[in-house]
Amino acid sequence: MTKTLEAPADAGAAPQDKRRDAAAGRVRRTSWTPRWVAYAQAAPMALVFLLFFVLPLVATFIVSFWNYTEYSIEPAFVTTNYTDVFYGCFSGGSALCTTFATYLSTLKFVAIVWAATLGIGFTVAYFLAFHVRTLPMQITLFMICTIPFWTSNVIRMISWIPLLGRNGLVNETLVSAGLIDTPIEWLLYSDFAVALALIHLYTLFMVVPIFNSMMRIDRSLIEAAYDGGASGFQTLTNVIIPLVKPGILIGSIFVVTIVTGDYLTIGIMGGQQIASVGKVIQTQINFLQFPIAAANAIVLLAVVLLTIWGMLRLVDIRKEL
Amino acid sequence: MQSLAADLELAAVTKAYGDTTAVDRVSLKIPAGTYCCLLGPSGCGKSSTLRMIAGHEFISDGDVMIGNTIVNDLPPAKRGTAMMFQNYALFPHLSVRENVAFSLKMAGTPKAERLSRAEEMLSLVDMGRYGDRLPAQLSGGQQQRVALARALVTNPTVLLLDEPLSALDPFLRIRMRAELKRYQRDFGISFIHVTHSQEEAMALADMVVVMNDGRIEQVGSPREIFNQPKTRFVAQFMGGHNVVSDAGRAYAVRADKVRLLGTVSSDETSSQRATVTDVEYQGMTVHVAMRRSDGTDLLATLAEHEFDRAPVSVGDEVQVGWHASDRHELAA
Repeated sequence: MTKTLEAPADAGAAPQDKRRDAAAGRVRRTSWTPRWVAYAQAAPMALVFLLFFVLPLVATFIVSFWNYTEYSIEPAFVTTNYTDVFYGCFSGGSALCTTFATYLSTLKFVAIVWAATLGIGFTVAYFLAFHVRTLPMQITLFMICTIPFWTSNVIRMISWIPLLGRNGLVNETLVSAGLIDTPIEWLLYSDFAVALALIHLYTLFMVVPIFNSMMRIDRSLIEAAYDGGASGFQTLTNVIIPLVKPGILIGSIFVVTIVTGDYLTIGIMGGQQIASVGKVIQTQINFLQFPIAAANAIVLLAVVLLTIWGMLRLVDIRKEL
Repeated sequence: MQSLAADLELAAVTKAYGDTTAVDRVSLKIPAGTYCCLLGPSGCGKSSTLRMIAGHEFISDGDVMIGNTIVNDLPPAKRGTAMMFQNYALFPHLSVRENVAFSLKMAGTPKAERLSRAEEMLSLVDMGRYGDRLPAQLSGGQQQRVALARALVTNPTVLLLDEPLSALDPFLRIRMRAELKRYQRDFGISFIHVTHSQEEAMALADMVVVMNDGRIEQVGSPREIFNQPKTRFVAQFMGGHNVVSDAGRAYAVRADKVRLLGTVSSDETSSQRATVTDVEYQGMTVHVAMRRSDGTDLLATLAEHEFDRAPVSVGDEVQVGWHASDRHELAA
């Protein structure tokens, strides 16, 4: 939008500048830093992106059209991998095809985890931003929020097992307290366990951007709302939530994309019994069926990109940043 | 909602933060329809006083009365006050019209009604054409008018302004100053305006309250405050005064009443002898700074033609004097 508006202006200005430069007989210096320095500073990240992100992605995209048999992979251009991914999906049968069922299961986790992390994340960020008065205290409490991230993902998941297992701490306590007779089975290796672990892992991704947005709200706006007769709840819905929308959006993008592609947590906490797209891809790679794994990966990527696109439509993030 | 102007009274209002007292037993009566300026240096308690009247700060001790009601424990909207914030505090995500309609929306006024009322207020402050804009698309002066419209939309009995002109450039400040005064006259309600600029207070106020160190130093009309400052602090803060002590008593002498009686030879010993330390040309006037032989600094403001009759320059010895009737005794 802005590009199209600026383009004619640029086009109009450029020849004029050139004439002036030509008249002066030399190019005017605009900065003391040589131009290549800026490129040199961006180069390492650009190189990493190119080598380890763009190239593999292009390779994946190409391989997704290759042919494969039980014992070989052949360069080709066939769409059979994609038709295999969606096998039975559009035949009109009453049962869902494997791919749709898997995506639906993932979508369920995305919805649960997004709602829970948003709720918890917003509350924690609100507490940190509006109730904690001093900056040192805010920093301290913020550091406490990050403590779970000091250990690895896998260790954090494994440590749920002694807590939630059949003979884990929770069940033992409930049984000895006489609240239940037999241990609860669904605490571990279940949808519940998966959702719990995901929420625990990713709430911070919601807290950080929302907290950041809240800290940028001018405190006098809250007073102005109060002066205008707004109750606490009205201030929340009419002033705070609209102003932290960009933070909510960024946090949501983090959580939704991470959960959509997650298979480790779903695998471990689901006792390898719950399907996920990542798990499907991993299995296919184990069987050296690279082309169909690649096709699945491309579909997953497309789904994630579509989701982000949809979310960006809801909030104009460029305007807010 | 009542739209009648009401008297405002502070009775020994105190604000304490832990051990420090920001406002110390301030008592003040502001009649309905008064333009009142709370004037003082930063940290004197003028903003805390305003915020206690507004209901944005709890009162540690004492009472605030508006009309016949003690409003200590009422929220701002129930007090009939409205506040205009220093940086205007317009909601950046709402259009100008929605900003003005905000408090009506909070009160549950139907959409069509509140928007037409907002439109009405906007045209009153000459901003009718800007209803659809966002605050960020307005200039400082326009933002201030919107803030004013937003504050006045609820028909407050008292409007509270926290350093409303400090964010504007000098030219705009003088123009908006005149507008504020005009709106106060038009609406007929009390404006209580916090400022640290004595010039602003003198230009606007019917009633100036000079504050220092959490206390009121003097209350009066701008003329009273300027011509009869009660204390050394008031004389010095209002500016344009020389504070001199003679025989153990302190006097204030307006700088434009100080006369230079011509250069004198150095052998003359007079207590009124002074050395010129600085000469500043100001256009219509010339400021001559002097140091008297007893160490007191003096300032004389002379009309240009008066200065030209007997020009002095830095280092000159001069004789200074003033009529006895032009000096005003200070209490402290």
